[in-house]
Amino acid sequence: MKITEELVREVILEVLRELETGEKPAKTFKEDGPPLSFKELGVARTGTDKSEVVVAVPPAFGAVMNKTIIGIPHQQVLREIVAGIEEEGLKARLVRVHRTADVAFIAHEAAKLSGSGIGIGTLSRGTSVIHQRDLKPLQNLELFSQSPLLDLETFRAIGRNAAKYAKGESPRPVPVRNDPMARPRYQGLAALLHNKETQYVNPDKPAQEVSVQL
Amino acid sequence: MSKRQKRFEVLAERPVNKDGFIKEWVEVGLVAMDSPNDPAPGIKIQNGKVVELDGKPRAQFDLIDLWIADHCIATSVAEKAMAIDSLQFARMLVDINVPRSEIIRLAVGMTPAKIVDVLKKMNVVELMMAMQKLRPRRTPSNQAHVTNLKDHPALLAADAAEASYRGFSEEETTVGVVRYAPMNALSILVGSQTGRPGVITQCAVEEALELSMGMRGLTAYAETVSVYGTEQVFVDGDDTPWSKAFLASAYASRGLKMRYTSGTGSEVQMGYAEGKSMLYLEIRCVMISKGAGVQGLQNGSISVIGVPGAVPAGIRAVLAENVATVLMDLEVASGNDQTFTHSPIRNTARMLMQFLPGTDLIFSGYSAVPNYDNMFAGSTHDSDDYDDYLVLQRDLQIDGGLRPVKEAEVIMIRNKAARALQAVFQELGLPPITDEEVDAVTYAHGSKDVPDRNVPEDLRAVEDFMKRGGNGVDVVRALVKHGYRDIGEAVLGVLKQKVSGDYLHTSAILEANFEVRSAVNDLNDYQGPGTGYRLEGERWDILKDIPQAISPEDV
Repeated sequence: MKITEELVREVILEVLRELETGEKPAKTFKEDGPPLSFKELGVARTGTDKSEVVVAVPPAFGAVMNKTIIGIPHQQVLREIVAGIEEEGLKARLVRVHRTADVAFIAHEAAKLSGSGIGIGTLSRGTSVIHQRDLKPLQNLELFSQSPLLDLETFRAIGRNAAKYAKGESPRPVPVRNDPMARPRYQGLAALLHNKETQYVNPDKPAQEVSVQL
Repeated sequence: MSKRQKRFEVLAERPVNKDGFIKEWVEVGLVAMDSPNDPAPGIKIQNGKVVELDGKPRAQFDLIDLWIADHCIATSVAEKAMAIDSLQFARMLVDINVPRSEIIRLAVGMTPAKIVDVLKKMNVVELMMAMQKLRPRRTPSNQAHVTNLKDHPALLAADAAEASYRGFSEEETTVGVVRYAPMNALSILVGSQTGRPGVITQCAVEEALELSMGMRGLTAYAETVSVYGTEQVFVDGDDTPWSKAFLASAYASRGLKMRYTSGTGSEVQMGYAEGKSMLYLEIRCVMISKGAGVQGLQNGSISVIGVPGAVPAGIRAVLAENVATVLMDLEVASGNDQTFTHSPIRNTARMLMQFLPGTDLIFSGYSAVPNYDNMFAGSTHDSDDYDDYLVLQRDLQIDGGLRPVKEAEVIMIRNKAARALQAVFQELGLPPITDEEVDAVTYAHGSKDVPDRNVPEDLRAVEDFMKRGGNGVDVVRALVKHGYRDIGEAVLGVLKQKVSGDYLHTSAILEANFEVRSAVNDLNDYQGPGTGYRLEGERWDILKDIPQAISPEDV
């Protein structure tokens, strides 16, 4: 590859951008999201369509809770993930997992239901995983563990990468960010949100097919 | 508010207001040390067997109750210990006339709820008094983190050497890239023994690899075996108290010093605290550890510190969990090891809870590298805080485990460690460490000042080293062959511990001559003024002599 001055400048700018965003969480959102009107359509089926990616959310998502830890409305979260999938020419199918609030298991369930074998799990606070059917539940393709660092752009990239895996490609993982100061700022709140999430878990209820107006 | 009051505007911008605080939520267990859902203390024993624990009949025991009932509680003293009024026992903890031995004898007969009931009655000063009396080892000490963003081996060796030279008695590394683990372990092994013979090292990674590195003599101890206070969280991690005890004995039987890890807040963080207080659940972890027969425990919330740190009295609960550990006669490595707040004031106040009374290992650990290189996501204090820490020791006449050093000496020791590792790499056929790298790490602040390694080449080489059975003896041979006989002998000294096992005793650390200092030969005998560990004499002369102090001859 020829290294031009322009390319060097681009790389430097990108590094600077990363440095900048690495030091602080994604921008916070002030407005409350409108409650989403999910419709449950019955027990989720195992898909056969190889061009679908299943997106799974826990019981509280978009219902009793309606924004992420930094305040992104759940409507926008779903909109970005779905747009990312569609950008790659694939379809998104939504399910709600009731039996757990553990993001690994939610994402794994999504992958097992997905015709392509690729699924995404997203918790109400934003924590997300891209999963594949034949991996173990605690493995993953990509893990986004620091919820305060997930912004709209990241959610779209998650959708895009999941779709690329579904097409059999090996995309570059979405760059993971790290912020040591996320702990003092958000760890307590994350615990509070996670406990709220687990309140609505129903171990006996199977995952449901859902539709929602985005 | 249309118009802000200017003081409030300034306050809003203070670091402490970047921290997250939350109100208690008792139903789920977002409460530090006093939940109405904590059981009332009680025990029933029939034929030497616990048949009821804290109000729960044996038929209803979960895995953890069962473990504690059958493996931790000493039924011979339980009835007597449980009959002591909690307030009275709390007073015994701070009473200089009640010796440590008497407290320890009774405490092992108590139930988790009883211990919470006792500790709840104590304020932080009283808890510190209890810690001062109850920590097993008389002489306090300190542990360091030695890591860097690039997993640069020569930098690891130089940093490990400096950390040893400054006084840490244990050093812990981990990785950025997982496959680097054996090379990191090897690098801090050589570095640590260059700085001061007898410092022991560990490499915190996945359990099977960690055990294998220990058995090869690349590490000497382990502490990242985690236990939890509710069954749900334990089982979610695919573990039970039995599987953890098995792992612990795998380490100890191969001559590796070992302790467990736990901490307040982990259960509620994972959403399954059953509405119990963080301290109650943590005391169950302490008692799981005691029952497993491990000699010690790393606690003080550790990587969950943001959770107790966000609720009222959370930092008091963190000290209380450290005290619960020594109450069970276990070595305590007392936390202070993760970024916890934006506020330097809060940061130091939290650390004083362990620094003032002294614990077996005050930090677990102190970042011996700048925090940007700390691969445990940062510690409360790092290499940039060394001088503040030394001045705190000097101001308060407290031994926090570190000593003042001179720049020229540190340059020399860092350089020697990097050169020694260079020779070891050459002898073992690992990718060369260049003279430029040696020079860079000698003078570096951190990884930003050292060149990048060829990572794929390093990883291939270290994989090959492991495949051909590379071990600590290879390292000794390489050091001696290349003229580093002193370091080679020190590494051999650590390896010999695997055979003698002297450092498996509670709270053991090694002196420079490889004599063990533990709760056996250096038992804490604090019983008020004039007893216990005192920072005085030769050690005080060393610690108070900071280079920046002006002497009368200088002016």
